[in-house]
Amino acid sequence: MAQATPLSGRRWSPPPLIKNPWIRWGLILGAVIYFAVALSTLQFSPERVARGIQRSGQLLLAFLQPDFTTRGNLILVGILESVTMAAISTVAGFIISVPVGFGAARNLVPVPVYLFCRGLIALSRTFQEVIIAILFVVMFGFGPFAGVLTLTFGSLGFFSKLLAEDIEEIDPAQVEAIRSTGASWLKMVSYAVVPQVLPRMIGLTLYRFDINIREAAILGIVGAGGIGSTLNTSLRRYDYDTASAIILVIIALVMTVELTSGWIRKRVQ
Amino acid sequence: MPVLEKNGIKTWQWRDQRQVLTEYALWLLLLLVMLICARFIAERTTWSFVLDAPRQGGEMIARGVPPRWDYMSQLWRPLWDTLTIATLGTALSFIIAVPVAFLAARNTTPHLIVRYLALLIIVGTRSVNSLIWALILVVILGPGVLSGTLAIALRSVGFMGKLIYEGIEEINPEPVEAIRSTGASGAQVLSYAIWPQVITNILGVTIYRWDINLRESTVVGLVGAGGIGIQLDASINTLRWNQVSMILIVIFVSVFISEWISAKARQALI
Amino acid sequence: MLRIESLTKRYPTGDMALKGVNLEVPDGQVMALIGPSGAGKSTLIRCINRLVEPTSGNVWLNRVNLTRLNTRELRQARRKIGMIFQEYALVERLTVMENVLSGQLGYVNFWQSWFRKFPQSTIDEAFRLLDRVGLSEFPDKRADALSGGQRQRVGIARALLQNPELLLVDEPTASLDPKTSRQIMRLINELASERGLSVIINIHDVPLAQMFAQRIVGLRFGEVVYDGPPNRLTPAVLNEIYGEEDWNASGPAQDSQDSEDSESVSVGVAAH
Repeated sequence: MAQATPLSGRRWSPPPLIKNPWIRWGLILGAVIYFAVALSTLQFSPERVARGIQRSGQLLLAFLQPDFTTRGNLILVGILESVTMAAISTVAGFIISVPVGFGAARNLVPVPVYLFCRGLIALSRTFQEVIIAILFVVMFGFGPFAGVLTLTFGSLGFFSKLLAEDIEEIDPAQVEAIRSTGASWLKMVSYAVVPQVLPRMIGLTLYRFDINIREAAILGIVGAGGIGSTLNTSLRRYDYDTASAIILVIIALVMTVELTSGWIRKRVQ
Repeated sequence: MPVLEKNGIKTWQWRDQRQVLTEYALWLLLLLVMLICARFIAERTTWSFVLDAPRQGGEMIARGVPPRWDYMSQLWRPLWDTLTIATLGTALSFIIAVPVAFLAARNTTPHLIVRYLALLIIVGTRSVNSLIWALILVVILGPGVLSGTLAIALRSVGFMGKLIYEGIEEINPEPVEAIRSTGASGAQVLSYAIWPQVITNILGVTIYRWDINLRESTVVGLVGAGGIGIQLDASINTLRWNQVSMILIVIFVSVFISEWISAKARQALI
Repeated sequence: MLRIESLTKRYPTGDMALKGVNLEVPDGQVMALIGPSGAGKSTLIRCINRLVEPTSGNVWLNRVNLTRLNTRELRQARRKIGMIFQEYALVERLTVMENVLSGQLGYVNFWQSWFRKFPQSTIDEAFRLLDRVGLSEFPDKRADALSGGQRQRVGIARALLQNPELLLVDEPTASLDPKTSRQIMRLINELASERGLSVIINIHDVPLAQMFAQRIVGLRFGEVVYDGPPNRLTPAVLNEIYGEEDWNASGPAQDSQDSEDSESVSVGVAAH
């Protein structure tokens, strides 16, 4: 090494992420305090952990010998119900979302319609399906009907938002081109808007079906139909063998649907 | 073939006949499946309850409006618990998901068998909804915030792990080569060439998941795993609809705020 | 001194990238490696520091056979071999200084490098190198905020901070404009002669290679087809390396049978 030049002695340390030291240390201190307080809310106690370890041992054992047969009929009906709920509400949600989505696109409709549709979307997206399910169960009684309504409402928000965004971003040149041929509003939509949006919509429908399957598996916990109620009951009765069977069936179902829908989506797009 | 040639005359059409027929068949099949589904659901529905819905709904709203504003004083603690479940759950999930993701990414995994194990963890935890995790954990650990936190964490591991390992696989391999060629150790290559390339993605995914987790932590209480869901469940069971509406407002506002924070934070990352 | 003995590389796909290459590079020599895309240039220099594992053959750097080293020994040997890349291969989210300092990673332990606690002597040397390549102004600028030429200078500083005995340079100018290309080549050349380094440069641009290298090796289909001084690169030799092409034509080629290979070679190479 050429050591002829004298050592410059210029110090270097990496520049901090946040320049202002007050803000930097303030943030660090704040985070530390928050986590300390939050951790204390957990009510962590050794006895609890010991009990937990013992119980999870039992549960793990049950997972190694799941019991599919004792309540086989219930499991079968529950799964069928879940799948049916997911399927029908995906389609229903999609169909209803078309008018709502168009209504929520700023460039196509008058302001009051826009605000109403956006409000609907915000409601559906903010609340977890389970909360909405509880309300529907109170109104429509126990059973899959409430579940279908819940999932339809959830899908409605999902589809409408994406549809509205797609429509807002649509290439205006193409719309212009069709409009200049003297086409009516409906024709304009069907020739200029739909072809641009359709392939993505098919992909999104499958994706939402995927989500609905996962949700349909748990709505039964609040009485809105599907396998969830059987799972809830068996866990509350400490019937771990059946519970583990149900969980395994749910995992298998979710994975099958995810793989299939992924495969189809790849082929369509 | 969009162009059909007949007697030397070319006619343009959208699709050929077979395509059109297959398409109609598919639509018909879908319609059939929907009809079967609808029948199945209809059979298992008590229609007298459904017909009663407008009256029930009307009553619910009548009793829910106006919301019981002073109930708020009892909601601060559950709200804090909800936030704790979401934040600690996300933090715990971060601690687990990041190493799992590095083990699962094709370019950082130490061994193929390890990779498949990591992928199994990711797929397994992702397929189980946080409410199911909560059910299980309440049985194991008893009701409370701890169960909720773990439920949220376990569900998030798969979600975050998947997005993070996909990000790791997409890094630019050139800097990795360059750092390796300086004689750096494996850990140094990881920390110098790979970590800086993925950290933004990791933080983005974490914030995104925190936002989702705040929503989810509002409901784990329904099965006893802590948070505002407990109050919601109790109020519904006792038919105190003015409390229910108050809780729904609180949830709506906090989800709105968390969405805003998450959007701002992710913007700041870029 | 670097000695390569019957080096071969077969990729898992079955492609023979190198078919028994023999080369000797004495200390202080700047050698340019030319040849069409897919001739094995990049594989050859990566087989030297084993970023690509050679299939058979030996690579001697002074008294060490690089191909026989275990992981740990290889890491130590790599510290003495600097490398410069076509796309600069900087870590974009790190600062200029961090990128340069990464050249010394082989000499510090993990925690020192994680907390960026490099010895002051290393930092002094890094500043000196940054000054030498003309980047002393912004050690704390992020690498992705630099221009292509500046990034390549950071790449050079990183390689030189290793205090290498051998410099491997992979297409240093392929992503740069002609003027910057010449500046970068000149810089590499000057630094090499200041420090008495052996240099192997992969390069597409034949005139640039002739301008800056003392010796040129032509590679075709994994074999050495030319080895000699720059001024003996006649059109006939270039034909042998790259395939038929009218090397003196200045317009579009009338008869280009092998246009794919010749694309990257600038037309109008003068035979001295």
